[in-house]
Amino acid sequence: MIGLSHATLALGGHVVLHDVGFAAGAGELVALCGPNGAGKSTLLRALAGLLPGTPGRDPRRVAYLPQGARCAWGLTVEQVAALGRIPHRDRVAAPVTNALELCGILGLRAARVDRISGGEARRAMLARAFATEPEVFLLDEPTADLDPAASHAVMRLLRATADAGRTVVVVLHALDLALRYAHRVVVLAEGRVAADLPASQALPAAAAAFGLPFGPDPEPRLLPPG
Amino acid sequence: MKWLLAALLALLAVSLLIGDATLALPDAPILWQIRLPRSLLALLVGGGLGLSGAVLQGGLRNPLADPGLLGITGTAGLGAVIAFYWGLAQLFAPALPAGGLLGAGIGAGLLLAFAGRAPSGPSLILAGVAVSAIAASLLALALTLAPNPFALAEITFWLMGGLADRSLLHVALAAPPILLGAAILLRLGPGLDALSLGEDTAASLGVPVARTLRLAAAGTALAVGAGTAVAGAIGFIGLVVPHLLRPWLGERPGALLAAAPLAGAALLLAADMLVRLAPLVLPLSAAPPVGVLTALLGAPFLVAIARKAAP
Repeated sequence: MIGLSHATLALGGHVVLHDVGFAAGAGELVALCGPNGAGKSTLLRALAGLLPGTPGRDPRRVAYLPQGARCAWGLTVEQVAALGRIPHRDRVAAPVTNALELCGILGLRAARVDRISGGEARRAMLARAFATEPEVFLLDEPTADLDPAASHAVMRLLRATADAGRTVVVVLHALDLALRYAHRVVVLAEGRVAADLPASQALPAAAAAFGLPFGPDPEPRLLPPG
Repeated sequence: MKWLLAALLALLAVSLLIGDATLALPDAPILWQIRLPRSLLALLVGGGLGLSGAVLQGGLRNPLADPGLLGITGTAGLGAVIAFYWGLAQLFAPALPAGGLLGAGIGAGLLLAFAGRAPSGPSLILAGVAVSAIAASLLALALTLAPNPFALAEITFWLMGGLADRSLLHVALAAPPILLGAAILLRLGPGLDALSLGEDTAASLGVPVARTLRLAAAGTALAVGAGTAVAGAIGFIGLVVPHLLRPWLGERPGALLAAAPLAGAALLLAADMLVRLAPLVLPLSAAPPVGVLTALLGAPFLVAIARKAAP
């Protein structure tokens, strides 16, 4: 369970969030969607307690993955994932190995994170969040840089994580992934919540936020695995 | 790590045997009053530089970060020069290192004030640039006002960094701040590890980012400021040491911290020995300051790093 009520936040004199209320409960995968600059990342950072005036979070309970996270040094994939144990102040191996396995990069554990592909590095960052074994995941674009198969694999993992009782809040630009895997879609537009709907009903509101038409697509398309 | 320690002890033993352009077992007074202080200072100053370099590169996520970046080297040098300029050093020998320590302290205060209440990497670098600029301009002023050409030459020579003609008093003055600084810096490992993923992620992992950076700056000010106060500005050791260790120990910043002071000490000790032996093989009338050698060897190394880092 994580949330904010009546959040109004200004960054550098520019109001980014206007009176936003947001809550996500245990067992829920919530997708935050909306155009560029709508305030999605700011809302996520506010939920993580990283902005001035927002309540701090227990780092053992809440894991946050920022947009475009990268590692400044050539740590191994396993060392990156092990950073997720810092809040617990332990060096237990099992959660780290488990996180690497979940994210599909156990075979790369000894590889340097600056010498693998962008998608693989992205999954190493995600494994770092899983290694913390938190109750709440706040993930900013975890499928950026991933190929379609890997994107579906990550979204399935996040859905299964939520179904196992955790809270997962994820900023997604890939609207099709949001509608397919999330329980609930929150559409942000210009710093306000434009819609907060079950994923099955969210398409019209999301399309409106982007100013795009929607309807059946007669062309053949890629389908999710299985 | 064991290898590094063994190499360091071997270097220390050889260092006690090498004199200014001589290679012989020394008399007891020479051993105790000249070679031991010189070797101990090399250990302390080099260790402080190596450790500070590893911490700053980790904390600032920048492989080109060097302890000199924070400006403390500059203010410590300025403090020593002022003590020299006013003739205090001639009246009372410890005034020179004491002036350097005072300069380092004032520089550290300015640095932390400029960096603000919640310093981030860029704000710390900016503060360091500002402190460096102030120190450099005041140093230029002090040099212009130098009482006579002899003093000017002395000051310039001192600023190049050297370990010659230091006594156990210098060791006693420098050791407490350097060891205190090292104690602060050695505890920052987990914070630096978390910072490799950026300040936001580190904060979300529960690392107090501003406090970690402030401690990194304060520890560096103690270790490097005190080193500069007794040995002048010795460049490139802090920059080079982390790069030498990474291929061997991996790139996790915290993994470098224990080895970095040993490597820095070994490097400065070795450089100082080369400097002492230089008149044996080169047509020099006296041993050059060790700072000259570290800069001469470090500069090409810097270029090699930059080349490797560029895509």
